Amino acid sequence: MSTQNYLLEAHHISKSYTSAVIALKDVRFQLQGGEIHALLGENGAGKSTLIKVLTGVEERDTGLITLEGKEIYPKTPQEGQKIGISSVYQEVNLCPNLSVAENIYIGREPRKKGRIDWKTIYVNARILLEKFDLDIDVTKDLDQYSVAIQQMIAIARACDIRAKVLILDEPTSSLSTNEVNKLFEIMRRLKKDGMGIIFVTHFIDQVYEITDRITVLRNGEYVGTYETANLPKVELVGKMIGKDYAQLNRTMVSYEEEYNSGDTFLELKEVSGLGTIKNLDLSIRQGEVLGLSGLLGSGRSEIARIIFGIDSLEKGTIEIKGKKIFLKNTLAAIKNGIAFCPENRKTEGIVGDLSIRDNIILALQAKQGLFKSISKREASRIADEYIEKLEIKTPSKDQKIKNLSGGNQQKVILARWLATDPNLLMLDEPTRGIDIGTKAEILKIVIDLAKQGMGVIFISSEIDEMLRCCGRMVILRDMRKVMELKGREISQAAIMHHIAGGDKDE
Amino acid sequence: MNKSKITKNQAFLPFAIFVAILIFNTIISGGTFLEMKIVDGHLYGRIIDIIRNGSKLMLLATGMTMVIATGGTDISVGSVMAISGAVACSIVSGAILPGLGGNVVAAIILALLAGVLCGIWNGILVAQIKIQPIVATLILMVAGRGIAQLITKGKIVTVSSDTYYFINGGYILGIPFPVYVVLFIVIITLLFTKRTAFGLFLEATGCNSAASKFAGINVGLIKLLVYAVSGTLAAGAGLIESAGIKGADCNNAGLMIEMDAILAVAIGGTSLNGGKFSIPASIFGALIIQSITTMVYALGVAPEITQVVKAILVVIICLSQSKEFKDTVIKIFRREKVVAGA
Repeated sequence: MSTQNYLLEAHHISKSYTSAVIALKDVRFQLQGGEIHALLGENGAGKSTLIKVLTGVEERDTGLITLEGKEIYPKTPQEGQKIGISSVYQEVNLCPNLSVAENIYIGREPRKKGRIDWKTIYVNARILLEKFDLDIDVTKDLDQYSVAIQQMIAIARACDIRAKVLILDEPTSSLSTNEVNKLFEIMRRLKKDGMGIIFVTHFIDQVYEITDRITVLRNGEYVGTYETANLPKVELVGKMIGKDYAQLNRTMVSYEEEYNSGDTFLELKEVSGLGTIKNLDLSIRQGEVLGLSGLLGSGRSEIARIIFGIDSLEKGTIEIKGKKIFLKNTLAAIKNGIAFCPENRKTEGIVGDLSIRDNIILALQAKQGLFKSISKREASRIADEYIEKLEIKTPSKDQKIKNLSGGNQQKVILARWLATDPNLLMLDEPTRGIDIGTKAEILKIVIDLAKQGMGVIFISSEIDEMLRCCGRMVILRDMRKVMELKGREISQAAIMHHIAGGDKDE
Repeated sequence: MNKSKITKNQAFLPFAIFVAILIFNTIISGGTFLEMKIVDGHLYGRIIDIIRNGSKLMLLATGMTMVIATGGTDISVGSVMAISGAVACSIVSGAILPGLGGNVVAAIILALLAGVLCGIWNGILVAQIKIQPIVATLILMVAGRGIAQLITKGKIVTVSSDTYYFINGGYILGIPFPVYVVLFIVIITLLFTKRTAFGLFLEATGCNSAASKFAGINVGLIKLLVYAVSGTLAAGAGLIESAGIKGADCNNAGLMIEMDAILAVAIGGTSLNGGKFSIPASIFGALIIQSITTMVYALGVAPEITQVVKAILVVIICLSQSKEFKDTVIKIFRREKVVAGA
C-alpha cells in the first residue's frame, strides 16, 4: 500500500500542554478511506489529544497532518469541519437550550430568500433522525431529552455533515445495545460510501464487532497499528495497559463468596416519586453490593436520586435502621450516612476549577457545616490519604480536577464520598468512559468497601461489571421493580431475560 | 519559591498596577501627589482623598466579589445606595418616623436593614425563583430609585447633623472615618471567607452549582446570603454618600456606580463566570478606578473627555491581565526575532 492511498495521515505529532505535561510524543496515525479504525488506549494515553489536534481544537507543536495527500493545519474546529473532518465528542457538545432541529442544522441552516427555511429544517431533521429510529419532536429543546438521545442526535448531526473523515470519541458510552446497533448500521453504511471513521471506545467487544484496524496509544506514545481480525483480545488489552493480561485478570476477581447479610441499613417501603418510580420496595443491608439493573429510564437512577433527597417523595416511606426519616435535601441524606456518585460526572460530579484537595473535602465540609472549617493542613492530609489509597494519578493535590483523566476524576469523586464515612454508597455508572485498568480498580474498591461493612448500590448498564461485584440484583423495568436475583441466581441470561420483559425469548 | 508565591497571588497584579499609577502620578505631579499635610491633627493629601473617595466603591466591590464568585451579578447596588440614603436622611431630618427624634444611630440601623431587605429580595429572585441574576437585580435597579423617591416624597432631603456628617467627613486619629469602615468590613469578610468554609462553598457554587448541590452544599442559601451581604454593603456605601453630600439625592446617589463595582472585580482578576475570587484583589481594583479618576483630573484632561481617557486606561489594564493577549504579543515578538535572525 503506498502512502498516497491513505485518506488521513499524521506523522511525528507531538503536543505538550506545559513543559511537565507531554500529551503526545512522536505519534503517527494512518486512516484509509472506507475503513473503521479504532483508536485505543487507557485514560491519559493521548487519544483525546490526538483527536483534538486532528480536528483543530488544539494546535500541534510539531508534526505533519495530510488529508488526501495535502497538508492541513486546522486551527479551529470550524476549519476542521470545512476541510471535511467531522467529530462527535464523548460529552455531548450541543446547545441544550436550542431545539433538536436547530442543533442539527446550526451553522449550516438551509436558506430560502436569505431567510432560514424552518420548514425544510424540521422535515430534514425528522428524516435524518428516522434513520436512527428516533421518533422525537424535533422542535422541542434538546435538554428535554435524555443524555442517550442527545448523544444520538450529536451523532446524527455529525453523520449528516458531508465529511470525509468522521471521528467518534466514545459515542456509545451512554447508549443502549439497541441504539449501539443502530449506530453501527449507520457506520457501516458510511464506510461503504468511502468515509474514513475513527472510533474511540472503551468497549473492547465493540471494537471487534465493527472496526477493521486498531491503533493503540500508551502514555502519549504510539504503540502500533494492527488488523483487528489478527489481534486477539488478550493481546490488545496487554498492549493498551502494557501489563500482562493474566495479572490484570487477577485484580478482577469475581465476587464469589456468598454475600454475608449484615443488618438492614435502609429500606424503601412502597415508595413512589413524582413522575418517577412507582410503588417500590427495596432494602439494602450493610456489607452487600446491590445492583440495580434495567434500561435507561427504567428507574435505576431515579431510585438513587430519591434516596439522596434530590427528587421528592410522592408516597411511601424511607427508613434508616428501622427509623422513619424524611430527606429534604442532599445534605440531610449525607448526614444520614448516604453518599452518591451521580451518573453525570462532568455536570454533577466534579467542580472543575477547584483543586483535587478541595474537591475531595467538599462533601465532608458540607456535612460538618459552615463553621467547622477543615484546615488546609487537615484537608491536605485527607487528600494525600485518598490519593494514595485509590491510586489517583496526579502530579499534585493542588492540580485542578478538570485536568485529570476521566478515571482519575471518578476516583476523586469516590474519595469525596469515602471521606464522609458513609454507611451507604450509591454509584451510578461509576465506570462510564473509564479505561479497563481503572475500571477493574474501581470494582475492586467497591468490593473491598462492602467487605468492610459498607452498603453499596451499584448502577451500571454493563452487565459484565454487575456480575463481577453484585451479591444481589434488582431488575427494573418501566419504573417498577420486576425481579430480584440473589447469589447463584444471578447470570447474564437471567438479567437480560427480565430486563427484556420476562416472557420474551432472547 | 516564596517570591513566585507572591506574584502568583491574584491580588499581586492589581496591587502592582495601583502602585504603578501612584508612581506615575507622583512623577507627573513633580512629587506633590505624595504630599501629605496635617491640619488640625487631620491627614490631608491626594492619597488620602483616593482612599476616602474610593471607600464606597471598595465596599460595593467587596459585596460584588462574593456575588460574582457564585456566578451572579448585582446591578442594583446603586439604587440600594439611594434607598439607604433616603431612609437615613429622612429619619435624621425627622421627615419619617419622627418618633425617633432624628436619632442618627437608629437611622443608620434602619438604613442598613433596608439594604438587607433589598439584598434578600434579590437573593430570593435569584436563588428561589431562579431568575437570571442580571434580570433579577435589574428589577430593583429600576424600581429602587422610585422606592427612594417614595420615601423622600420626591424631594431632596437635606440633613443638618454633625453626627451624621461624621460618617463621611469624620476623623479618628487623623484618618478619615470611611477608611475604618472599609478596613473593618474587609477584615470581617476575609475572616468569614477564609476561616469558615464559606469561601470554599462560594467557589464551588460558582464553578458548578449542580455538583455543589450533589455534594451537600445548600446552594440556594449561599446565593441568598451573598445578595443580602451585597445589599447591606451597598446600604453602607449609601450612608457614606449621603453623609458626604449632606442629604439624600435619589436621582443621583450611586448613579452608574454598579458598573464601576463590577469593573473593580474584573480588574481584580475574578472571573465574571464565577468560581475563584479574591476580595483584596477587588479592593485594589476599586482603588485603581478611583486613582485613575484622580489622575485624569491631575493630568488636566478636559472634563468632557475624562470618560474616554478612563476607558482607554481600563482597556490597557484589562489587556495587561489577559493571558491570551500576552501569548499573542509574545508570539509576534518571537516571529519578528526569527525574521530578524533570518
